[in-house]
Amino acid sequence: MAEQLKDFSLLHSDEMVLNMGPQHPSTHGVLRLKIHTDGEIVSRIEPIIGYLHRCFEKHCEYLTYEQIVPFTDRTDYLAAMNMNDAFAIAVEKLLGIEIPERVQYIRVIMAELQRIASHLVAVGTFGLDVGGITPFTWTIRDRERILDLFEYVCGARLLYNYIWVGGVSHDLPEQFIRRTLEFLDYFEPQIDEYNQILTYNKIFIERTADVGTLTPEVAVNYGCTGPVLRGSGVKWDLRKTEPYAVYDKFDFDIAVGDGRMGTVGDTWDRYFVRIVEMKESVKILRQALAQIPGGDVHAAVPKKVRIKEGSVYSRYESARGEVGFYIIAGGKDKPMRVKMRSPAFCNLSVLSEIAEGWMISDVIAILGSLDIVLGEIDR
Amino acid sequence: MDYTLLEKFNKDNIIVEKIDNLVNWARAGSQWYFQFGLACCAIEMMAAAAPRHDLERFGAMPRATPRQADVMIVAGTVSIKMAERVKRLYEQMAEPRYVISMGSCANSGGPYWQYGYHVLKGVDLIIPVDIYIPGCPPRPEALIEGLLALQQKIREETPFRKKD
Amino acid sequence: MVELFEVRCPGCVTVTEDGNAFNVQAEKWLEVAKILREDPDLTFDSLMCLTGYDKGTDDVLGVAYNFHSMSKLHKLEIRIEVSRDSAEIPSIANIWRAADWHEREVYDLFGITFSGHPDLKRILLPDDWEGYPLRKDYETQDYYHDMPIPKDKTDWE
Repeated sequence: MAEQLKDFSLLHSDEMVLNMGPQHPSTHGVLRLKIHTDGEIVSRIEPIIGYLHRCFEKHCEYLTYEQIVPFTDRTDYLAAMNMNDAFAIAVEKLLGIEIPERVQYIRVIMAELQRIASHLVAVGTFGLDVGGITPFTWTIRDRERILDLFEYVCGARLLYNYIWVGGVSHDLPEQFIRRTLEFLDYFEPQIDEYNQILTYNKIFIERTADVGTLTPEVAVNYGCTGPVLRGSGVKWDLRKTEPYAVYDKFDFDIAVGDGRMGTVGDTWDRYFVRIVEMKESVKILRQALAQIPGGDVHAAVPKKVRIKEGSVYSRYESARGEVGFYIIAGGKDKPMRVKMRSPAFCNLSVLSEIAEGWMISDVIAILGSLDIVLGEIDR
Repeated sequence: MDYTLLEKFNKDNIIVEKIDNLVNWARAGSQWYFQFGLACCAIEMMAAAAPRHDLERFGAMPRATPRQADVMIVAGTVSIKMAERVKRLYEQMAEPRYVISMGSCANSGGPYWQYGYHVLKGVDLIIPVDIYIPGCPPRPEALIEGLLALQQKIREETPFRKKD
Repeated sequence: MVELFEVRCPGCVTVTEDGNAFNVQAEKWLEVAKILREDPDLTFDSLMCLTGYDKGTDDVLGVAYNFHSMSKLHKLEIRIEVSRDSAEIPSIANIWRAADWHEREVYDLFGITFSGHPDLKRILLPDDWEGYPLRKDYETQDYYHDMPIPKDKTDWE
């Protein structure tokens, strides 16, 4: 008996069920986790979602295509431009219209700025989750500068309704390119500062390296996309593998996890992919700002969107992963069915798989690295 | 009341003031708010607490538990599944407690007013609200304005006067 | 791909009217799904999207599956239509884990039962919710736990 007990894993205690959320500072919104534990070790997690179910898909059946755009903002409120863009691209595929090149460039610029802004929140709140408050204040400080740029373009800070079906609502203001370049010059050295304070921090590495490893097979099987999939070492980015808009004109790399601090696909890798992606976004932005052509941004905006029969599944690489819009047109000016395939929905479903066998405090770190937004999980 | 109290103190080291005013001064000056992020507005609340807007200069600081909070900022859409939790969290707060309804969704259902079958049409259906902040989402400046309006409201209270 | 199915599973799939997808009968779905996953020429390892739909016209509810192969880089859409009264489709949650939550969502919003699903229950709405909201004939309940959900909003404005 005593021999056996040397192997601690043989000693089991009673199962304890721990409730976390729906109001909890580390769940990034109104997520509820039912954590089944054996002692302090997690045996199973049951995420309970739906506390922010706002009936997006039902709304789509009542609203015209143009009216849906502001609702797509509100699904993923941290990457609203990406959502606008994803929906607009899906509807344009159904309509079969050509978009002016200037609009394509403006959309890429907005999407990449938004990606940086979203990753800044992800990095900052991840720092908060594992116990560092300073990175959060730094990243939010820099995010405010991006929001200033958005405000300069369209007047809104958080939810923009900027990208319309067939175009964008306003052309870029005169000084936008200069101001954005100024921001990029300021921002690029900041990334190294984040690395110094958080990425290569000893405590941070101890908390995240080797924790919650997600293997590529499991990631693909669960439908994980975006930084979560790339953190597992899968070179998959829709901007590169299925280029939409004008992404094929830019030179950039896909950031993948390489297991630098532990194993490939651990929490640190998922985090670091976001840091590298911000650098890549800066690269794309510099090229896009240099190449942007002239033109009328309202040239292709249809007077009234009316689509005959047809259905489309359109994929888009948002800050969190693959956003898919499955639209069935009903022959009227309103769609018959819009389904949003939300990236965080799939990314969250893998939580139970990767958190099994870790401590409860590690669950917080793993959840932070998945970077969920409840608005798009529940829709 | 605000700074007059300090001025009196500086003059001759004695304050003669109503206890009501003293208590109100303390209450209005340290509104610890319940970090209650539900949806989009929570991001603006977060931005308001972050460096540029810095809510803490008004004595408002986020608490993660209702037991330590004075003000509940309902930031975002209250869905029907969440509504019971909102009420329970409100009941867990210690008196005196105040509620700020931030954003159109918490005020009245906002954009989900018409077809939102799973959205509560205003948080005031389940808990009493002191201040409403319009906007979708309200800017951090609007939230600050709301907190200052609540401070004004607290200063006008008379907690120690006999109720008629 | 049609020829491949003619060999492996004759009569299992038919091409839809618009030519973008395959129709599969619910009874043969599991068989087809295994071929999709395991056939070396197909190897659809990733389920991108799973959509329930209700066209409102005839008594039919449908589910559309969008597959993608990470290695072969091809895509496929499968549609399964079942009658509204006895909506039941075999679950593929054990083949593609991504289907797990998506099937729960379709069950929640459309009321389509997925037989063989490990844990089929409502995911977004509360467990005791009445009705399936995304069906075209859905009527909102008036009250949920004494909280009003008004249909007629004239008195509210």
